[in-house]
Amino acid sequence: MLFLIIKRILLGFITLFIVSIITFVGTEVLPGDACTTYLERQAFGEQLEACYRRLGLNVPAYERYVSWALNAIQGDFGYSLSGEMPIKDVLGPRIKNSLVLASAAIFIGIPIALILGIITALWRDKLPDVAISTVTIFAMTIPEFISATLLILIIAIWLEWLPGIVIVPTDVSFLELLPNIILPVVAIAMIMTAHMARMVRSSVIQVMASEYVQMAILKGVPYWKMVFKHVLPNALLPAINVVALTIAWLLGGVVVTEVVFNYPGLGRLVIESISNRDLPTVQALAIILASIYVSINLLADLLTLMLNPRLKTLQIRK
Amino acid sequence: MTDIIQKVKNLSIGFRSKKGEEILILKNITTNIKKGETVGIVGESGSGKSTLALAMMGYVKHGLYTIGGECQFNSSNLLKMKSKDLEKIRGRKIAMIPQNAGQALTPNLKIGYQIDEALQLHSDLDEREREKKISELLNKVRLPSPETIALRYPHELSGGQQQRVAVAMALAGTPDLLLLDEPTTGLDVTTQAHVLELLNFIAKDTGTSMVYVSHDLGAIAQVSDRIIVMYSGEIVLEGPSRDILKKPIHPYTHGLLKSIPKLSLAGLPESMPGSQPQPGIIKGGCSFFDRCNFSDDNCKNNSPKLEFLKDLNTSVRCFNYEQLVNENEVSQTVNKIKNKSLDKEILNLSEVSISYAKQKLLDQIFNRISDENPTVKDINIDIKKGETIALVGESGSGKSTILKSIAGLLRTKDGLIKFDGSRNLSSDLKERDPNDLRIIQLIFQNPDESLNPNHTVEEIIAQPLKLYFGLKGEKLKKNIIDLLQKVRLGEFYMSRYPRQLSGGEKQRVAVARAFAAKPDIILCDEVTSALDVSVQAAVLNLLQQLKEDFGTTYIFVSHDLAVVRAISDRVAVLYQGRLCEVGPSNDVYKFPSHPYTEVLLGAVLEPDPDIKPKLVAEDIVEERPPEKGCSFQGRCSRIVGDICKKEIPPWQLTDSGNAIRCHIPIKELQKQQF
Repeated sequence: MLFLIIKRILLGFITLFIVSIITFVGTEVLPGDACTTYLERQAFGEQLEACYRRLGLNVPAYERYVSWALNAIQGDFGYSLSGEMPIKDVLGPRIKNSLVLASAAIFIGIPIALILGIITALWRDKLPDVAISTVTIFAMTIPEFISATLLILIIAIWLEWLPGIVIVPTDVSFLELLPNIILPVVAIAMIMTAHMARMVRSSVIQVMASEYVQMAILKGVPYWKMVFKHVLPNALLPAINVVALTIAWLLGGVVVTEVVFNYPGLGRLVIESISNRDLPTVQALAIILASIYVSINLLADLLTLMLNPRLKTLQIRK
Repeated sequence: MTDIIQKVKNLSIGFRSKKGEEILILKNITTNIKKGETVGIVGESGSGKSTLALAMMGYVKHGLYTIGGECQFNSSNLLKMKSKDLEKIRGRKIAMIPQNAGQALTPNLKIGYQIDEALQLHSDLDEREREKKISELLNKVRLPSPETIALRYPHELSGGQQQRVAVAMALAGTPDLLLLDEPTTGLDVTTQAHVLELLNFIAKDTGTSMVYVSHDLGAIAQVSDRIIVMYSGEIVLEGPSRDILKKPIHPYTHGLLKSIPKLSLAGLPESMPGSQPQPGIIKGGCSFFDRCNFSDDNCKNNSPKLEFLKDLNTSVRCFNYEQLVNENEVSQTVNKIKNKSLDKEILNLSEVSISYAKQKLLDQIFNRISDENPTVKDINIDIKKGETIALVGESGSGKSTILKSIAGLLRTKDGLIKFDGSRNLSSDLKERDPNDLRIIQLIFQNPDESLNPNHTVEEIIAQPLKLYFGLKGEKLKKNIIDLLQKVRLGEFYMSRYPRQLSGGEKQRVAVARAFAAKPDIILCDEVTSALDVSVQAAVLNLLQQLKEDFGTTYIFVSHDLAVVRAISDRVAVLYQGRLCEVGPSNDVYKFPSHPYTEVLLGAVLEPDPDIKPKLVAEDIVEERPPEKGCSFQGRCSRIVGDICKKEIPPWQLTDSGNAIRCHIPIKELQKQQF
């Protein structure tokens, strides 16, 4: 078991290393660089040379990669070009904002998804299932930019209950931020919840049809005890990985929603820095997003391993 | 009548088809289960036997519904009971032992908890007492060290142990009636015999009534006092066990018993034509009409009623049963097999070892397999042209592994597989040329999975003809029709899809596909295991006929030792991937000399209440072969000393040509038989 964890962590680092190389090479081969973007029409002769020297762009690529990587490990991603401030200072509040948005969506969405999924499965083909399933399929198929725009139109413009877009500085307190994030959270949670509820439904239905559930019924186990002891633990295990991917997707920035609501999260930062040709920031973002995906998937795998007795003993035996 | 525990009255269960027709799975079933008796319900798949057993617990599967009748337990109808009240009966008054304990035990709950759950629900014991009771129950079903077993998860036990846990769980509520749904199907012969012996002991010990549902007449014969024979949703015969097995007076049961191969008889049993009709197809007349040897016009137009014969204490559903009443015991006629096996050897396996070990990086680079203790080791068999050789052994004995290697699906670790004395087939598929592939064909266990569901029968059989012979157009079609006729299927089958065929018909298509390649050797992997008994004999007869026509060599793998006895010329007995005994079937079956062969053959269940299985060795399951010495040392009851643990036994030859691998001198082994 310990060996397996170490192996998985090592694999995670290798993945990150490869991602860092790909993003570094990617930004190298693109035409133009930080200095040409920064100096615009003055990008020639003495001024360009000076800029290269200042940013350290005059040394060979591999040396720059090594020094960049060493700094990045320590959390120093260098300077952002557009704002001329340390990237970590740019990233800090953005990560915080994305975390706030994601955790709100997760804390609201996952419980609702589980409950809806279980209800639809247990009352399969009956009224609750038909009603909820219709709504979830509907919620799943509407693209988020449409649902987000509709939310703004109805709640913010017609009813004037909540602000339609987020126009606060990036470093406000949570309470000040709260009314601003309600609409984005609802927009994201709708799709996510619908997806997960459908998955939980099919998983529970599959387990309900299994021989061991039939056996539990024939053993005289009362219905709800059977559901909680024999059905749910087995049905929800496969859901863990889907939940993990959803969380990673949320943290990685829900680009469309953030843009529609003008929300200062990681997703919008990605768009902004790409259009500003702010290559150091793009590099830093790529690494951070990759680390989020890798670590959350790792956590999900370990959790599954811990909860599934079958996998656990299998690993120990090997 | 207080001694009746469960009363089934005019029970009909069915479903509604897409067209809205009512289709019956059970038709008007009436029977009683008495206190303390064991009733066997026997029938082929689709006869409705499991539906009947489940109805006796008041359980009707999703999609089915009760059309009429009732199942009375303590004079209340289980099928109309509320689930609250049913919970008090299920597990406490009536308990179920499922077919596949591996899947019927909840995977995330420990064994101890699952038994404890039944105790909590159905007894008033406190926690301490329950803990003691769990140990007692596990002891009763003869599981070793109950305390540690209780802490394990279901997947950590072997199939036989899981089945025992299921028995313990059912006994936890001290039920009055135990329902057993194919409780030993899927277990190895030796394990099966042990579980049955345990069930017999429990029936005597606790006085519980049992309903034993199975397709296996051999298992039913060992446990039941009374037998109910079902055919397409109806009871066709019901009576005392012995009478039904010795003198069945219904043509279906009669034919069924005739078509089961017996250990004592070499040669192929007579086969019954046709197969059981799908539910909803019969409109009028007797449902067994078109397969019956005793039928007349009356049978075609009128359905017979179940008639109780007082002097025989038997109920029978047949107009012409009298023709059978006066007949003597079922006499089995067999078609002796006539194989022209030549002296020429067609396939030589020498020193073959096969390993499933995962290749480490270094081994991958050097393209080698390093495994000190491979799954299959030192296999030496020379197969003659035209003979049928069978590989037998329990699950894990390596018989299928060897087939895979011959077919090229698995490469060998060491040793040589040679075809026709010259061609080397030790490599895997990628290195074989098309002709090497053509000469060896496979027929698989389950035709549902081995036939592509999206291809018509024509396309399925055309594949090898196109691939190996490049046939096209009219010529291709003519060949396909020829092949279909050879496997007794008409031309009109060409346009059908596998799902439109019955199990036996599907397997015939698979046979035709194998013969289409004009192979020299056909590997048969449990080819009849997925088929019903009455269909099995027909497929075996077909295989034999084709072999006589084409002079093909069969390598036959089966766990059913009676089937092997019927069809094979020679038998190779395997344990843990090592050969124990190789010899002519007649000798191996008459005088099983190797201790393992003796255990294996002793455990076979025959549909005859007078032949009891002999239980020689414990049914332990070994995970891997021992590193040193004889492969059978772990279970052998005749260990002669340290030599068995240290040295690999030598080959010894008997006068009749058996080769046996054992440290005990051959004379002594033969003496112990008598």
